[in-house]
Amino acid sequence: MSAPLEIVRSRIDEKIVVKLRDNREVTGTLHAYDEHCNLVLGDAEETVYKVGSEHKIETSKNTTEMLFVRGDQVIYILLN
Amino acid sequence: MLLYSFLKTITEKEIVIELKNDLKIRGTLKSVDQFHNIRIDDIQIMNLDQYPHLAAVKSLFVRGPSIRYVYLPKEAVDVDLLQEASRREALNAKIMAN
Repeated sequence: MSAPLEIVRSRIDEKIVVKLRDNREVTGTLHAYDEHCNLVLGDAEETVYKVGSEHKIETSKNTTEMLFVRGDQVIYILLN
Repeated sequence: MLLYSFLKTITEKEIVIELKNDLKIRGTLKSVDQFHNIRIDDIQIMNLDQYPHLAAVKSLFVRGPSIRYVYLPKEAVDVDLLQEASRREALNAKIMAN
């Protein structure tokens, strides 16, 4: 049996999608992580989802070349 | 510990930190500790319209757990070295667990 985080190790240098708190999502190339799920992502794109007028979902995007994400914000990491 | 060592290599570089209260601060990273507490100097608040009371602030100590993101200068990061260190740390953790 392998620890859950070991699957994350195999994703280093690959593109991952991370769901964060406050309706945020980040995609980027995984450069590093630790046991708290702190992450360093390259060419990261953050998407923020907001409920706008008439309950429509609005998104806004930000891109960054190098992003450190604090682990306590992470909800899950997609493994597709 | 890996990402603490990593952040230490970014000291004296210009970074942007985004806090959980949406405050965005640009400045020079002066020091960092094991809790990711950060001392940041020569600061500029990027969303000053929301935080006008911070206009005159020049230097801040930021508590690690209130940080959401740190935007890093790409040229200050050795990607290959970082990936290798992360793999090694993960392998060491696996060995320790067995």
